[in-house]
Amino acid sequence: MTEPLLRVDDLRVTFGGQRQQVHAVRGVSYEVNRGEFLGIVGESGSGKSVSSTAVMGLLPSSAQVSGSIRFDGRELLDLDDKQLSRIRGSEIAMIFQDPLSALTPVYTIGQQIIEGLKLHDRSISNQAARARAVELLGVVGIPNPQRRVDSFPHEFSGGMRQRAMIAIAIANDPKLIIADEPTTALDVTIQAQILEVLQKAKEITGAAVVLITHDLGVVAGNADRVAVMYAGRIVEQAPVDQLFAAPAMPYTIGLLRSMPNMAAPREERLVPLEGRPPLLTQLPKGCPFADRCPAAFAACRGEEPALLPVAGAADHSAACIRAEEIASGSLRRPDIFPRPEEVEAAPAARVESAPVVELRDVKRTFPVMKGTVFRRRIGTVKAVDGVSFSIDRGTTLGLVGESGSGKTTTILELMELAKAQFGSIAVNGVDTATLSAADRRKLRSEIQIVFQDPMASLDPRMSVQDIIAEPLTVTGVPKDEQLRRVARMLELVGLEPSFANRYPHQFSGGQRQRIGIARALIVEPKILVLDEPVSALDVSVQAGVLNLLEDLKAQLGLSYLFVAHDLAVVRHIADDVAVMYLGRIVEYGPADLIFSDPRHPYTQALFSAVPVPDPQVERTRSRVLLQGDLPSPLDEITGCPFRSRCPLYKLLPEDRQRRCAEEDPAARSVHDREVRCHWAEEERFDVAV
Amino acid sequence: MTSIDPTTTTVDTDADSAASAPADTRHGVLRRTFSAKRAWIGAIVLALITLWAFVGPLLAPFNATDSDVLAFGAPPGNGHWFGTNDIGQDIYAQTLVGLQKSIIIGLIAGPLATLIAGFVGAIAGYFGGVVDRVIVWVIDLLLVIPSFFILVLISPVFKQLSWVALVILIAVFSWMVMARVVRGQTMSLRERDFVKAARYMGVKPFTIIRRHIIPNVASLLIIDATLGVGAAIIFESTLSYFGFGIQTPDVSLGSLLAGYSGAAVTRPWLFLLPAATLVATVLATSLLGDAFRDAIDPTSGANRD
Repeated sequence: MTEPLLRVDDLRVTFGGQRQQVHAVRGVSYEVNRGEFLGIVGESGSGKSVSSTAVMGLLPSSAQVSGSIRFDGRELLDLDDKQLSRIRGSEIAMIFQDPLSALTPVYTIGQQIIEGLKLHDRSISNQAARARAVELLGVVGIPNPQRRVDSFPHEFSGGMRQRAMIAIAIANDPKLIIADEPTTALDVTIQAQILEVLQKAKEITGAAVVLITHDLGVVAGNADRVAVMYAGRIVEQAPVDQLFAAPAMPYTIGLLRSMPNMAAPREERLVPLEGRPPLLTQLPKGCPFADRCPAAFAACRGEEPALLPVAGAADHSAACIRAEEIASGSLRRPDIFPRPEEVEAAPAARVESAPVVELRDVKRTFPVMKGTVFRRRIGTVKAVDGVSFSIDRGTTLGLVGESGSGKTTTILELMELAKAQFGSIAVNGVDTATLSAADRRKLRSEIQIVFQDPMASLDPRMSVQDIIAEPLTVTGVPKDEQLRRVARMLELVGLEPSFANRYPHQFSGGQRQRIGIARALIVEPKILVLDEPVSALDVSVQAGVLNLLEDLKAQLGLSYLFVAHDLAVVRHIADDVAVMYLGRIVEYGPADLIFSDPRHPYTQALFSAVPVPDPQVERTRSRVLLQGDLPSPLDEITGCPFRSRCPLYKLLPEDRQRRCAEEDPAARSVHDREVRCHWAEEERFDVAV
Repeated sequence: MTSIDPTTTTVDTDADSAASAPADTRHGVLRRTFSAKRAWIGAIVLALITLWAFVGPLLAPFNATDSDVLAFGAPPGNGHWFGTNDIGQDIYAQTLVGLQKSIIIGLIAGPLATLIAGFVGAIAGYFGGVVDRVIVWVIDLLLVIPSFFILVLISPVFKQLSWVALVILIAVFSWMVMARVVRGQTMSLRERDFVKAARYMGVKPFTIIRRHIIPNVASLLIIDATLGVGAAIIFESTLSYFGFGIQTPDVSLGSLLAGYSGAAVTRPWLFLLPAATLVATVLATSLLGDAFRDAIDPTSGANRD
């Protein structure tokens, strides 16, 4: 075999001065062959982005880089910035995580593509460059490229911007495309589109792709080979099937087992991978994973294991001294990370059938104003447009949908406990519109909220004791009682009671979210509103928090309103599911039923967009891809609001299409759930062609 | 209740090692403040000046009001370290008394202005709506009307009152800019989840402001208060210099400077020595405030490397 396209050898990157050095990358070696798709997976802080930024030569000058990066026969570390600039953008292209900050807001998309073209090929004429820009936008699937080429980045949606980024990346037929978390900021439906475009771009240019991500599911369906990074090193490297079927490094095993899986049965409990990666400033001696590894023994703490081939296979290597044992089967993988036992459910759950939360036709609109001197209303955003659902005692309702579908507005309406703009909200059977201020304050102890970002939701200036006790101060609970209850709460959520006098920044993400849960639970509420409680957490700690939520529900008989965009998580935790689209619920019913047999085309598309962490499943399953983006909520839409993106609509005969265009489908009961689609009874159509 | 599940109770025992993470505690701020040489100079000079102002008069051979009939308009020397004025009063003693008054005025008026700014700004930012509009309107009004002019206009009134009225007036006219800053900060804090969380717990608005908003803008307020001390001293001196501030028999550095500015060329000690004291005091507080700001806001000036 010839020399690989990219060979990174013993790459080390260190930041910081004499006092405190951060060893972000510690001896990373990998190869990328021509036309290969390599996935680099790791948690935040594992050095995956830094190692790729080093390949691009884009690290800040304060970084100390050593080792070797050979690209196409040249040593990149020996080149100066000017020489690197010639390679960047023409031979190596990069796609960044946030397409809004990666595109210059003051130039049109077309100008930015043309700039990339002309920089590397001075002979190209303006007309030819423009023609090529239009062609590229067409390739990445931007509708109407002739017109859109003159649009500015802010006129594009997130998904379209990322497409434009890919267009710029492939403009010069690069040999290597580095995509750094290209879909993390996007919704699942858009993510599926972008991954498709990335595959297409790879086919057209024949380029090799390095995809950096934290999501094993994304890698499963796309990559040929996967490298797993941990604490600045590659700890396992294997072809994708091999890695998912027979991982040899305990970290990879734990990561795979901790992921909620859409395809797995709901009853199965998640396997937590607790703790957090070591600080890169002061690494412990020996294997950096040893502190979190259930299979670690004394020898693990002696010396850091090297990345060695596993079981004689040339293409599979792992950095673990017990890799051979694991590969041969003498140390069984499920034994390393056993599935935790289920907790006994508190008796008398679901006896009372009276709903604890009931929303009936709730609407919330926001005026859109224009003008500075004379402000006038130019339109109305219907953020929530007639939402009805109810939650029974001891059950969980999962509220899912893309961003912009009105999930958050809905729960904020609920949490205000005030009179809704339109419709009615009842908590514990009491209509919130009728409450006095004192009653409302009393009712607040019945319903509590846990926010998405555990760092933002905890006041950084307060100690954990004060944070958790805050809801108690409202009702004037005496100080010693507060202390006692906080200690009990900390224990309940799996933290040491002695942590009470620490500050939030001393905790890891998962622990902070536990503090947030403890604060919500201290007033012994009946209802907990969870606004994306695990989406800001690393995959490995998600499982622990989800298990905790399940245990608490069983022990305390809580009801959850669980808002999430991650369907695999909802699949795991919810009893009922409500799918939101453009401010309304399009499908609502028991979770098992909906997940096994979705009736609304949007639900189907949403489900099929979720990547499954199993390469075999990913390759074989048929996909329902959604076209385009969520329409602007400003638009006046007649007929079915989902029509513009509906995969079913395009397949319908004309007379039926007319009904979709003219008549807004009402919610009606089909197969034991509520659906807003005229054709929900139809057998599932096949749109995967 | 006991813990639920042995595997979920794993906790970091080395969470202390993360204490070096961002969002440092107050100790971190103090440490970083005093790692700058300016902070030390400022603090030491300020401490010395304060000590001098209050202990100095006890050790001085003359007091501020008696005249020495043997030395009218004498240059420094002969026991009169800063010289004497036309009627034989000791300039050194007068400077110290003026300095006392200036320091007291600065130390009260600066933080008082900050206090007003903090509360008014937080209230405007937190409540929004009509409250916000009225407060912003008042702030803008006070900002466009020259405060010096107003003080001059109403000086006949407070001339009859004690110097405390002057302190309050100085504070009343110097909180506006900071209040706007606090208001802006509050508006972004209000959208933070921990404030929302407190609201959904049913915590009362003023408790939220006291417990969550003010501590989170505290760093700004501390800087403002420190810098405000210097500004208030200058403001008072300016007023007194033009005869609108401290009235006789009280003296402040400003009124001393005003009295002897005519002699600045012929008998420079009358003017220069009190002026030098004023400059040193203001410089010291500014150095300290500057170092504070750099310690808290790592993106400002001197902290760049």
